[in-house]
Amino acid sequence: MTPRRRQRLMLVSLMLLGVSAAVAFGVSAFRQNLMLFHSPSDVAAGVVEEGRAFRVGGMVVDDSVRRDGDSLAVAFDVTDHAETVTVSFEGILPDLFREGQGIVAMGALDATGTFVATEVLAKHDENYMPPEVADALEKAGRMPGTEAGFERAVQVDP
Amino acid sequence: MFTWIHRFGSAPNVYRLSGVLAPWFGVSAALCIIIGLYLGLVVAPPDYEQGESYRIIYIHVPAAWMSMFAYVVMAVSSAIFLIWRLKVADAVAAAVAPIGAAFTAVALITGSFWGKPMWGTWWVWDARLTSELLLLFLYLGYMALRGALAAPGESSAPSTTAARGAAILAVVGVINIPIIHFSVEWWNTLHQPSTITRFDKPAMHISMLRPLLLMALGAQLLFFHNLTVRLRTGLLQRESRARWVRELAIAQSNTPPGDNTPGASSTVVPEKPEPSA
Repeated sequence: MTPRRRQRLMLVSLMLLGVSAAVAFGVSAFRQNLMLFHSPSDVAAGVVEEGRAFRVGGMVVDDSVRRDGDSLAVAFDVTDHAETVTVSFEGILPDLFREGQGIVAMGALDATGTFVATEVLAKHDENYMPPEVADALEKAGRMPGTEAGFERAVQVDP
Repeated sequence: MFTWIHRFGSAPNVYRLSGVLAPWFGVSAALCIIIGLYLGLVVAPPDYEQGESYRIIYIHVPAAWMSMFAYVVMAVSSAIFLIWRLKVADAVAAAVAPIGAAFTAVALITGSFWGKPMWGTWWVWDARLTSELLLLFLYLGYMALRGALAAPGESSAPSTTAARGAAILAVVGVINIPIIHFSVEWWNTLHQPSTITRFDKPAMHISMLRPLLLMALGAQLLFFHNLTVRLRTGLLQRESRARWVRELAIAQSNTPPGDNTPGASSTVVPEKPEPSA
């Protein structure tokens, strides 16, 4: 390798290194802003103030869905297996919404600490299998991915 | 060693090799995609949770993988061009950009179609979706920069400024690739984590996985088919004044050299195909 090429190789490597460092600093500085949603633990820790719009994500707690008989109003609890937030919503829920399923809701906390959602999105996990296999795994108690990725939800110090 | 690379990487050589490989890539890509689509859309069972809708994965995931693979190819060739000034490497990067942009667009659009019924939204600004959109802009920016820096009235051989400027953009932008890949692990996203990872067992039943891998192979072959075809055109354009292109043109036309289009034979100065410094 000629000195000239070595020099250019160094230059390109340095450029890449510099950009990587800059991006790494930027990304870690804005880590919280890059999160799509907060976990119920974040909410319990008071990371977001009342009235500010944000997203909360977690698993819908089993047997927690309460539907209003006359309207589309629905309330349910969302958990990250540490803390729980009650979400109220009026509208059409996505097809994948069900108890035990991961969801992400957009909205804000009201004075009572209930999360009033304007939009509810369903989160699905990375597991794909035929229904028969799912049944078999369920019976054996070895169903993967019932956490839908929320076990990694980052907890933030207050 | 380097003289060998230069000889092997010379434009006429790459042109010839691409010509030999292109049809093979094309035929095998078509085979993989036809069989993969049949297995994926007809034979594979529905998903326990998403029913039939999950089948869009057979287009979405291969396109998304190729969108990143193509960018790595573009960035590596750009780096080779910057360091060794190998003109063919620049031709490769220029040929890859629109292919990569197309794969990225397909990944974004099919992802949107998938998101609406499953998540309940066409689009959400989570880290995975946003970084993939950024990838599309990088491709488009690369092409725009090439076009903008090209000397006026010059459409065939790109100016050095255009080639170098675009190459720097391509190399710098490669930082987005690990961000796309790890976005679903570093941040809370609506997008689910990877189904197929290098270290874990794939989180997909084998009957669904096989068509997916076949489609991924098909997309890969389709990429190389497009690349070789585009590369040949690109090389002919940028080397249009070189002797090997003239000889090729003469060999392919039945008319004797003198009867060629008037300007062509008289104005073109015979040039040695440069072994690019």
